[in-house]
Amino acid sequence: MTEATPLLQVRNLEGWYGESHVLHGIDFHVNEGEVVTLLGRNGAGKTTTLKAIMGILAQRRGSITLNGKELIRMSPRAIARAGIGFCPEERGIFASLSVQENLMLPPRVRPGGLSVEQIFELFPNLQERLNSQGTKLSGGEQQMLAIGRILRTGANLLLLDEPTEGLAPVIIQQIGRTIGLLKEQGFTIILVEQNFRFAASVADRHYVVELGRVIDEIPNRELEANTARIQGYLGV
Amino acid sequence: MFELLGIPPQALFGQLLLGLINGSFYAILSLGLAVIFGLLNIINFAHGAQYMMGAFLAWMLLHYLGIGYWWALILVPVIVGAFGVVIERLMLSRLYKLDHLYGLLLTFGIALIIQGLFRNAYGISGMPYSIPSQLAGGQNLGFMFLPNYRAWVVVFSLVVCLGTWFMIEKTRLGAYLRAATENPTLVGAFGINVPRMITLTYGFGVALAALAGVLAAPVYSVNPNMGADLIIVVFAVVVIGGMGSILGAIITGFGLGLVEGLTRVFYPEASSVVIFVIMAIVLLVKPAGLFGRA
Repeated sequence: MTEATPLLQVRNLEGWYGESHVLHGIDFHVNEGEVVTLLGRNGAGKTTTLKAIMGILAQRRGSITLNGKELIRMSPRAIARAGIGFCPEERGIFASLSVQENLMLPPRVRPGGLSVEQIFELFPNLQERLNSQGTKLSGGEQQMLAIGRILRTGANLLLLDEPTEGLAPVIIQQIGRTIGLLKEQGFTIILVEQNFRFAASVADRHYVVELGRVIDEIPNRELEANTARIQGYLGV
Repeated sequence: MFELLGIPPQALFGQLLLGLINGSFYAILSLGLAVIFGLLNIINFAHGAQYMMGAFLAWMLLHYLGIGYWWALILVPVIVGAFGVVIERLMLSRLYKLDHLYGLLLTFGIALIIQGLFRNAYGISGMPYSIPSQLAGGQNLGFMFLPNYRAWVVVFSLVVCLGTWFMIEKTRLGAYLRAATENPTLVGAFGINVPRMITLTYGFGVALAALAGVLAAPVYSVNPNMGADLIIVVFAVVVIGGMGSILGAIITGFGLGLVEGLTRVFYPEASSVVIFVIMAIVLLVKPAGLFGRA
């Protein structure tokens, strides 16, 4: 059986912050419609990998292809227009903009972007807080706004950086359900997570990142049998 | 006729009007500086020279091509704004990753070159620019005489300032600008062309300076030093309002013009320093400025 061409293929990705060499040859792929997590300890290079894919990490080398198209030399703007949406760890809610302005900020750069009504179906809370200042929302609402916002662009590959960080368990469940809904709607998602239980509840496959390299790949169905191995990687 | 604190109303309201006129120029110029600083993080020291270019270009259009004031109000900001776009693309865009100081030094150098070129070509004695015939004359309000052109400058400046504020605070384009001011990298990652927005913002800020220059041409003598004299006060206005604050630039611009006018009535000796005294106090009490975010 021949395997389908991956939606995203990352090969030998290296990255630097100034003089500091952070990524040492990341290799992984994501198939269309999959939810894949990058697991690892703090400082392993997970967030940097997402930033390199999005083009935000200026010093990068290697190969990143989306549907076979090379992205490594493209600007973040061009990468967004190619179909990738990025939701940063700190959520990136603009303090000087209202919820509505934050939500409407990303332009529809490709066909397939969700309408505001469709985003409200996913996140009904946002509709009630439209006129609030973006940063006055609770952490969970800010996360919903940050995810909802990138759905407008028409991106079909979403990069979500620690969407559950600092959130209450009930909100984490809601985020998990939303990721499930997005997967059902055909979105492909790369999730950076330290919350192993959350990752297990939403993902198809997991890559373990350590010291700027992918050191292991574990399908979700085999996760249960490899709990000890994962906990060893994460140091929990 | 009534008197206020022993001051004849003609003197009081005359100075208040003069203060409002100066305030109009402070407001438009500091607004341009605030818009540029907000997005580009560059202290545009060439702003005074660009204001002077606006006045000179209006004079040149009239003198060489016979194009009058009303067309100059439209053409001059477009032409000088386009000049700003070229400056931004060729020079300023290379400095964004460096300290603010480099942008300040570059724009200071650009200001000196522009002023030097105009001084060489036209000298410093100044060129007269007539008030357009439609705005000649004035109204006798009983307690003072209100020249039509001065009333026009105040009202038009207010409209331009409020229009700019509305554009930045209430429109989608303004939301892009505000967001890019906070986090340009993330805005770029949404697929928005931030470099083009930065270029156009600089062009717009420069166009505002040129527009102020056209408005000033019939009020002051058009000469190469007119911007250099004004820009130091305008920087003080921006500092008092809060660097990058749009509303702060407008309110402080008009407000300080009035304060200056009142000082000229009640304590004329202090009128040239009052704005700097206020700046020093504001810096001590609220270093981010009256409307700035700490």
